[in-house]
Amino acid sequence: MIHKFTLNGLYIVLDVNSGGVHIVDEMTYDLLDDAKPPFADECPAEILEKLSGKYDAEELKECYLELKSLYEEKILFSVDDYEKYAAFAVASPIKAMCLHIAHDCNLRCTYCFASTGDFGTGRKLMPVETGKLAIDFLLENSGNRENLELDFFGGEPLMNFDAVKEVVKYAREREKDYGKHFRFTITTNGLLLDDDKIDLINKEMSNVVLSIDGRKEVNDRIRVTPNGKGSYDIILPKFKQLVDARSKDKDYYVRGTFTKFNLDFSEDVFHLNEAGFDQISVEPVVGDPDDPYALTEAELPQVFAEYEKLAQRLLENDKAGKHFNFFHFMLDLNQGPCAIKRLRGCGCGNEYVAITPDGDIYPCHQFVGMEEYKMGNLEEGTFDMEMKKVFAGTHIYNKPKCRECWAKFYCSGGCNANNYQYAGDIHNAHELSCEMEKKRLECAIMMQAVKAIEKGI
Amino acid sequence: MKHIQTINKANLKESAQKGGCGKCQASCQSACKTSCTVANQKCER
Repeated sequence: MIHKFTLNGLYIVLDVNSGGVHIVDEMTYDLLDDAKPPFADECPAEILEKLSGKYDAEELKECYLELKSLYEEKILFSVDDYEKYAAFAVASPIKAMCLHIAHDCNLRCTYCFASTGDFGTGRKLMPVETGKLAIDFLLENSGNRENLELDFFGGEPLMNFDAVKEVVKYAREREKDYGKHFRFTITTNGLLLDDDKIDLINKEMSNVVLSIDGRKEVNDRIRVTPNGKGSYDIILPKFKQLVDARSKDKDYYVRGTFTKFNLDFSEDVFHLNEAGFDQISVEPVVGDPDDPYALTEAELPQVFAEYEKLAQRLLENDKAGKHFNFFHFMLDLNQGPCAIKRLRGCGCGNEYVAITPDGDIYPCHQFVGMEEYKMGNLEEGTFDMEMKKVFAGTHIYNKPKCRECWAKFYCSGGCNANNYQYAGDIHNAHELSCEMEKKRLECAIMMQAVKAIEKGI
Repeated sequence: MKHIQTINKANLKESAQKGGCGKCQASCQSACKTSCTVANQKCER
């Protein structure tokens, strides 16, 4: 399988199964409409005839042989022979956890997937004891995995920060007994950040996700306090303080959401950079199509154009020596994850679970509150291994649309929760998300191609 | 080649033979928590 596309004046061909990326000329691009395996010893007459009005026949013959040679090198039209690896990771240990330390929030963001913080299950904070049980659960179910990931999530986790501190302390004590290492992360709206919290976050958290949507008017339209006031002016200085004090060997992201209200979201990405941040993630809202802010198929042309514009602006920015990182265009074409990792998405329900303040276990934070996907409870000591197997089986070969998709080794089957909520089944594809993902990938591959050309390939 | 330039190692097949150790990050934990992209993760082996 190949995928060819033009972007930024380049003709690009992706060989899906080897991961090979080729920059070709227009003639090769056109030739690939018809040239495919099995390759003949020379270019077939009917192909020559079809393209002879546009290109020189000798050049076409030469080009055909170049394609044949890449095919023989197995970097064009290479075969998908990874299905045999799909059985890997079925009995995977659990290595990552989303700990819902607070099902309460001090903002009332109108697009919140968590029903403004409580996931529709009532506002509550996680008791420290439940947090400790969660740590024990992860330690005991993580098999031979040494690095364990734990994200403090909400709601707003700073509303229960004493519990965060206690749970971190407990985990640090216990990890030694098991020969493991916890990597903590926290996702926060920033309202309650102060010097002490910033110190602890910068000391203990390997990554921190700081929620802000970009320009003041964009952020404050959605991310409002319970009395309707915007949050931008409160959070921006706090985020700056945190990032300025943070060690460079630790990660952070300022993370925004774009909606139908800011289809010019490249302005928000650049606004965040101008505000002093260099690790930025701004991504599409996911919601019911009837929501006023929702992105629908009608907005896709604008979204695609904006991604292209953003890619262009980032390239220009890099050229001017002002590089910053946009999460969804990050792509390492040589040393990314292995093919086996790429067969599944996030690992939810299999390698990754979410824990609620009541100790209920769900496949991930997006499933919390969907009773049919409750996997167990920490205090009761229950865990549904059959459901874990179902999630282990959500690889690209079990998803009919993904199986045939050129982007399968990049998005790896997408978000199971979105698939369930908006496409009816975890094995289906939420096509709106797919279209945007594919566009981001094309932009990211194009950016790598431009950089390769600049380096002389 | 005159008409085609390959810009990377095209090493997915090789990666499968050596891969599957599971040491890498769970992808959704990184920066997004909603839209899933795996290819921007690092191999940690």
